[in-house]
Amino acid sequence: MNPANRKAVPATAAELRAAAVVLALALLLPLALDGYQLFQLTQVLAYAIALLGLNLLSGYNGQVSLGHGAFCAIGAYAAAILMTRFGLPYWLAVPAAGVVSLLAGLLFGLPALRLGGLHLALATFGLGLALPQLLKYKGLEAWTGGVQGIVLSKPEAPFGLPLDQDLWLYYFTLSATLPMFWVARNLIRGRIGRALVALRDAPIAAVAMGVDSARYRLFAFGVSALYAGVAGALAAVAVQFVAPDSYTIFFSIALLVGIVIGGLGSISGALYGALFIQFVPNIADELSSAAPWAIYGVFLLACAYLLPQGVAGALRRLAIRNARKG
Amino acid sequence: MRKYLLVAAVAAIVGLALDASPALARKHKEPSASGREIRIGNIMPYSGPASAYATIGKVEAAYFKKVNDEGGISGRKIRFISVDDGYNPAKAVEMARRLVERDQVLLIFNPLGTPSNTAIRGYMNKKKVPQLFVASGASKWGDPEHFPWTMGGQPNYQSEGRIYAQHILKRRPNARIAVLYQNDDYGKDYLQGFKDGLGAEAKRIVAEASYEVTDPTIDSQIIALRSSGADVFFNISTPKFAAMAIGKAYDLGWHPIQYLNNLSISVGSVLKPAGLEKSIGLISVAYYKDPTDKRWEDDPAIKEWKAFMQQYYPQGNASDSLNVYGYLLAQMLEQVLRQAGDQLTRANVMHAAANLKDLQLPLALPGVKVNTSPTDYFPFESMQLQRFDGKQWVLFGEVVGR
Repeated sequence: MNPANRKAVPATAAELRAAAVVLALALLLPLALDGYQLFQLTQVLAYAIALLGLNLLSGYNGQVSLGHGAFCAIGAYAAAILMTRFGLPYWLAVPAAGVVSLLAGLLFGLPALRLGGLHLALATFGLGLALPQLLKYKGLEAWTGGVQGIVLSKPEAPFGLPLDQDLWLYYFTLSATLPMFWVARNLIRGRIGRALVALRDAPIAAVAMGVDSARYRLFAFGVSALYAGVAGALAAVAVQFVAPDSYTIFFSIALLVGIVIGGLGSISGALYGALFIQFVPNIADELSSAAPWAIYGVFLLACAYLLPQGVAGALRRLAIRNARKG
Repeated sequence: MRKYLLVAAVAAIVGLALDASPALARKHKEPSASGREIRIGNIMPYSGPASAYATIGKVEAAYFKKVNDEGGISGRKIRFISVDDGYNPAKAVEMARRLVERDQVLLIFNPLGTPSNTAIRGYMNKKKVPQLFVASGASKWGDPEHFPWTMGGQPNYQSEGRIYAQHILKRRPNARIAVLYQNDDYGKDYLQGFKDGLGAEAKRIVAEASYEVTDPTIDSQIIALRSSGADVFFNISTPKFAAMAIGKAYDLGWHPIQYLNNLSISVGSVLKPAGLEKSIGLISVAYYKDPTDKRWEDDPAIKEWKAFMQQYYPQGNASDSLNVYGYLLAQMLEQVLRQAGDQLTRANVMHAAANLKDLQLPLALPGVKVNTSPTDYFPFESMQLQRFDGKQWVLFGEVVGR
């Protein structure tokens, strides 16, 4: 069998060791943290999933999306409505929300196939702008709660486990994050990933080689929307509240900032980007209460100049340099 | 590869540590007024579309500094911790959690914004932390049965809307009314009260237009409202948009009788930017003294306030009524804390807040008294109509409400 067609790519020994370290940290570190910090970490995980999805679409496949926050909102609201209107438990509502946003992504991605580059960016920007207002729309108010939003109840640990609610929420989110990272990694390393990258870098050559452009681009849209939707649902469960004001266009832009700072076209970049989006505004706030966004802007500028390939890219270069020396 | 992953892990830990620095000292202290400090939390939109209100947080911080300079409360100093939520409800939840869990505040005082307060209400009541004197007039903050830890801090929007409706019915029973409202809880609450006040005459509303806080301008809404031919205009918008609406209406040659919601009456931050001549005839309500009103020029409370502004908040705008509001509320909190006496627990603070009787604060309008009870969580329920004459707001009529 042609090794290039194998679906899963086996991990190298080094990769497994690294994964073990990260996993250990992810599982054990939270035990030392308090509720508020766990809440923040849970949000980081949710952002990481969203960034992973966006990276798949914009980083690996080159389809720039300026409105990805909309898919997060769709996932969040789908989960909220399923939980409050249909009594679905949260652990079912999250994957269901993923399916809903997958469909939304495919629906949007289909006409978007005709668009490229800046036009696609504009279309997605339009989606990102329109969605918060649609959520407030009177006609849909019965479902979305309109401007009042929807209040969710906080999940308890299952089977009466003596776990703090925040700790449980963190582990629950982690249990979604890990497989999604693993799936994304395999997608990228395999046939599909190569097709996506080929379509980004040399679309004409790729099509000439038999890569079905429409199918893969649509796939990228759908999957990235699914990731964003799951992320939105997880964040909604953690915050216990969904409101249109949380998904303004600024949120979509923040996601884009996340993938660029984290590292376009890299899986681990999603995590670095998530850490950036979650903590840098808070740090900026503490550094200067008068002009925190100016500080944030300075951070962004610094990253743009010093880390042109994002944090992941910089770390990769460091590793290569160390390997050369050693 | 392992090396750079370890670097990443360290970076993450550093990031968390930076964010949690005081936490190392915290461990599980008794919240609040332990020792010589009273920690008070506050959430304001220092950034984002509602940042005009942030001055309220700043004047409150200045007030508590003054209280500290004068000896504090029962010998304890107040530490006022005010954080930014950018008018984003999800951020407000995060900030509330930080204030309660990391900073261990006694209460969260005067958090601003209806959506943000809605987002944190469940958490505050679950954790039994007072969410006191919410800076929002939404009617939902007066629900002691379901949310005993949440209390309002502004006259109810619906009551205000009703007052305007009744005035219109009395003065212009054949009015054709246009309404501009912000498309969120606050805007819709006002509109609801207004319609309730109009009752069967609600059909007099010939045009309604809404806007989002993220909209850059509202020109198109004003144009649409003008073309409806209305001769009465109810302007439900926050300061930035109110200024735009007033100016645009005038520039279009549309001069309806305009009722302006109380949130946007500030001469300094709304009427001056709109244009003072364009604001002549505006009608609103007041429940506290306007610093630009000549009537209060020699009023001892206003003089004291002006001296305070000079000394403690010189960068603040001394003609911005929001700065009077902040001072007023801070005084109210001081009263509550003193009433709670030596036992400064959260439950006691809430109890004191729910038992304010005929409290006439010096900066409130004479006759506007603060009254709360375990079943009445609206401290301010009386208001007086006022009209802008091009230079200042002039009160007319009587204090209405309870």
